[in-house]
Amino acid sequence: MAESKQIVRVRGVTKNFDLGKIVIEVLKGIDLEIETGKYISIMGPSGSGKSTLFNMIGGLDKPTAGKVFIDEVDIAQLDAYELAWLRCRKIGYIFQTFNLIPVMTALENITLPMTFAGVSSDDATKRGMALLEQVGLTGRHGHRPSELSGGQQQRVAVARALANTPAIVLADEPTGNLDLTTGEDIINLLKELSVERGVTVISATHDYKMLNVSDQVVWIRDGRIDKIQNRDELEIRTGGLEAAA
Amino acid sequence: MRRLVALPWRKSIQMAFQSIRIRFFRSMVTTMSLVLAVSFLTFTQVGNDIAQGLLAGGSSEHLQALTKAGFDISPGDATITSSAKQRWIVFLSLLVCIVGIINAQLMSVTERFREIGTLKCLGALDRFIVRIFMLEATMQGLAGALAGALLGGIAALLTALIRFGFSLLPYVPWLQVSTTMFFTLCIGTFLSLLGVFYPAIVAARMRPVDAMRVEQ
Repeated sequence: MAESKQIVRVRGVTKNFDLGKIVIEVLKGIDLEIETGKYISIMGPSGSGKSTLFNMIGGLDKPTAGKVFIDEVDIAQLDAYELAWLRCRKIGYIFQTFNLIPVMTALENITLPMTFAGVSSDDATKRGMALLEQVGLTGRHGHRPSELSGGQQQRVAVARALANTPAIVLADEPTGNLDLTTGEDIINLLKELSVERGVTVISATHDYKMLNVSDQVVWIRDGRIDKIQNRDELEIRTGGLEAAA
Repeated sequence: MRRLVALPWRKSIQMAFQSIRIRFFRSMVTTMSLVLAVSFLTFTQVGNDIAQGLLAGGSSEHLQALTKAGFDISPGDATITSSAKQRWIVFLSLLVCIVGIINAQLMSVTERFREIGTLKCLGALDRFIVRIFMLEATMQGLAGALAGALLGGIAALLTALIRFGFSLLPYVPWLQVSTTMFFTLCIGTFLSLLGVFYPAIVAARMRPVDAMRVEQ
């Protein structure tokens, strides 16, 4: 079935925020399908509803109307336990502010989702070390976030997002707090891992460097999808950016 | 799809301990009001225990000293009970202490909103968060109350030594004193748990999406 290749399906999603006197319509009917293994960027100006849509896809927020399916499961139907399980096993999160647990070492940060998933501590350590190596931080396992640079912290976060081999990695402005080169490193790392592991990467971003590696770019404007462009269409518009791909 | 996430007890204890150890100064501030309140409670209670021991000893010299020290004893009294004023002050100090703990713990929840949100994004259930906060409070409570009980006990003993001299030593009811100290240790730990309860619920209810917030 062709449908099964879609890891995320968004159907007629609207989201209103009730601010007491006024109700703000943030999403005004979004239909979107994301294929497994693709690298998707959601682009849009601030206030366009980009983050809201992103949170829906990540199972962090529920729509006012419409449905969000993650791996063919309607997230509105899930109870707190199932949602936690979904966040733990199916989705890996990467944040703009890295969000490593400050009191834990790099390795402990990476193994934490595995602990939640019930992986034994020996296996978790082994897998954690392998992930650290994969993101290029061999030997930094005992360092706490405060002892790592921004780029290194984000690498740990990438490894943590991949801890339970999720189907989707959600990255919210992953390069927002990084300088140009470090940001580019992280983007390339994400792309590499996405290709290597066949994981779907969905990132909300302002960063045009991101377009370079995206298979598809979803432009959001004023609570609606403005356009969806595939990479080949992008080349024409942003010419020259393709060099690194 | 009915699969559950887990957090073993050993790991939660380790997380709670680590959190206290690394935020040591912060934990000290939270625990300080508990130390002071418990030591005040222990001080008054152990003071009464010692006075009781002296009264039971029955030496007239000690009885005189007791009256001089402000204990309200009339001839024929067999027990010394804490005065209403004393109980009231102790009660107030414990009340202030618990308000202090709630305040400090709420601050700590606010400081850690991103950490809590992230834990929930990684799959933590509400009760994991409550458990970690409760465990932290138990550890802080035990440590703080132990320090307070020792501090109060020693202070009470020293005060008694200054007041009544070394001749009181044979009359100190050691068993009663240690029971009192154990009792105050339990009260202290209980207060710490009581104080963290509401902040822990607030923390657990935090939505995972808050972890995404960029502004503080």
